[in-house]
Amino acid sequence: MTVAFDIAILGAGPAGMAAAARATQLGASVVVLDEQASPGGQIYRNVDQASAAQHRILGPDYSHGHSLTQALRKSGAVHCAGATVWDVSRDGLVTYSKGGQPAQIRAKHLILATGATERPMPLPGWTLPGAMTAGAAQILLKSGALVARDPVLIGSGPLLYLLAAQMITAGRKPRAMIETQSRSDMWAARHDLPGALRGWRYLAKGAGLLTKIMAAGIPRYTAAREIALEGADTLTSVRFTSHGKPHEIATKTALLHHGVVPNTQISRALRLEHAYDQSQRCFVPQVDGLCLSSEPNISIAGDGAGIGGAKVAALSGEIAAFGAASRLGLITPQTQQAGVAPLQRKRQHELHARPFLDRAYPPATQSLSPADTTLICRCEEVTAGDIRRFAKLGCKGPNQAKAFGRAGMGPCQGRFCGLTVTELLAQETGQSQDDTGALRIRAPLKPVTLGELAAYDANSQET
Amino acid sequence: MQFHFEDRRLSAPRGATVASALLGAGITAFRETPVSGAARGPFCLMGACYDCLVSINGVTVQACMTPIEEGLQVCRVRPRLTENEDKA
Ligand SMILES: Cc1cc2nc3c(=O)[nH]c(=O)nc-3n(C[C@H](O)[C@H](O)[C@H](O)COP(=O)(O)OP(=O)(O)OC[C@H]3O[C@@H](n4cnc5c(N)ncnc54)[C@H](O)[C@@H]3O)c2cc1C
Repeated sequence: MTVAFDIAILGAGPAGMAAAARATQLGASVVVLDEQASPGGQIYRNVDQASAAQHRILGPDYSHGHSLTQALRKSGAVHCAGATVWDVSRDGLVTYSKGGQPAQIRAKHLILATGATERPMPLPGWTLPGAMTAGAAQILLKSGALVARDPVLIGSGPLLYLLAAQMITAGRKPRAMIETQSRSDMWAARHDLPGALRGWRYLAKGAGLLTKIMAAGIPRYTAAREIALEGADTLTSVRFTSHGKPHEIATKTALLHHGVVPNTQISRALRLEHAYDQSQRCFVPQVDGLCLSSEPNISIAGDGAGIGGAKVAALSGEIAAFGAASRLGLITPQTQQAGVAPLQRKRQHELHARPFLDRAYPPATQSLSPADTTLICRCEEVTAGDIRRFAKLGCKGPNQAKAFGRAGMGPCQGRFCGLTVTELLAQETGQSQDDTGALRIRAPLKPVTLGELAAYDANSQET
Repeated sequence: MQFHFEDRRLSAPRGATVASALLGAGITAFRETPVSGAARGPFCLMGACYDCLVSINGVTVQACMTPIEEGLQVCRVRPRLTENEDKA
């Protein structure tokens, strides 16, 4: 027997929590599933358990998460924590594992709120132990563990500055910032500046972070090119050029980041419509003004539907709740309209700074078009040169590339190579990214044990 | 909390994951890859990259998604070594 709800929300980040609070208020029975032990998502990870010292390090924008976790707790929604979702069907059957045991729930409407993942950043040596994502370092800070001393931060974008500032407060001052953006990117972004000024709080926050980094005396190397992480078995140094001048910095820890991209594992597995977004340089599921996807009973909210940040995620979660409640006939079109309009206005306002940020801190060219010898599929150890060779042999898309050379067939299911494979094939064939396509994703979305699969099969036969 | 990595005795704060506990002890290389035998360790810490795999009680798990427990025995995953042992 599977338990049934009006709405199942996948992901308890700002989008999922806000959606749950609003949907229950509109009269829906709601379950929220998330693989983390407590609600918060990426930005507010562990917010309820974090110590006062951690809150001081992570800042007020982190502590703000309390208001959302509280709203979730008070809402009456069922929060199913520690639940890894690995199969979802279009008619609302959700299969997950919790503590090694598989289970299923059913819902009339689904809201996907699975957030973002780090944009893959293939560089020579990025698989060496000691090289991690900037998000990984933030996860350590949020769970009360400290990052190794003297890390080097590599890449671009606001989250890299946020991490640097948090590490300074934590007493783990980064040794250097190796930044891939250059003055010409800022110049290209100048037309977006007037619009961005309307979202001035984001710019002021960015300026504050930069001031803090400069005051701490952290060297910043901009226009970084030819970055290579080096070491025999573990990372020992980073070599690069900045404005054409070569540098080498000894370090055991490098933290990489050049933006986040929507986590589309579930929306892909459900075969929802996606399109390539040229300004964010990633695939984005297609949603309407109410966050409804190409399937009428499935909504997508938060960074999973396009990168907007935590505030936008929470607002879109609420909008998705109105959309879902309306489709379920729980509210009138008038109530929906009256509820959604102010949320859409606020969301628009929060998005003002986005085009400027996207253009001023573009993804690193060296990683969008890696050198032939750079590994791009970490699991199966496939290089950029392999993919280019497949293209010359007539390979047109990432699913075909899998057959040529296993890229995307490892346990991460293409989470850290899929976009790169698409970019490389598009560059080689001259096709658009949309025509090149993305890796096909199939359940189980995460590797499960044979025991879990067996129990799942037994369950499925019952229903 | 006390735990073991291979034959090393280590301690970790309550609430740590296996990955954060090992990183805290200065260990970054957790396993070797099946393809080339290269050393790997945690990369994303959010359950997405599968680079932090370790073996606990004979089961391969993601170290970043596994809470540390008192007395836990954590081992490296060395697929190539095991393959060769099997052949020997
Ligand atoms: C590692 C990382 C750290 C970040 N830190 C910050 C930050 O400090 N500040 C900031 O402004 N922005 C940060 N961001 C950007 C962040 O994506 C947004 O600001 C915000 O968290 C988006 O909210 P969301 O609700 O859309 O998704 P998220 O907050 O990402 O929440 C998604 C949730 O879905 C869950 N989930 C995903 N897949 C599954 C599955 N298959 N089964 C079960 N549960 C699943 C995840 O566990 C997660 O809790 C970070 C991004 C990443 C990737």
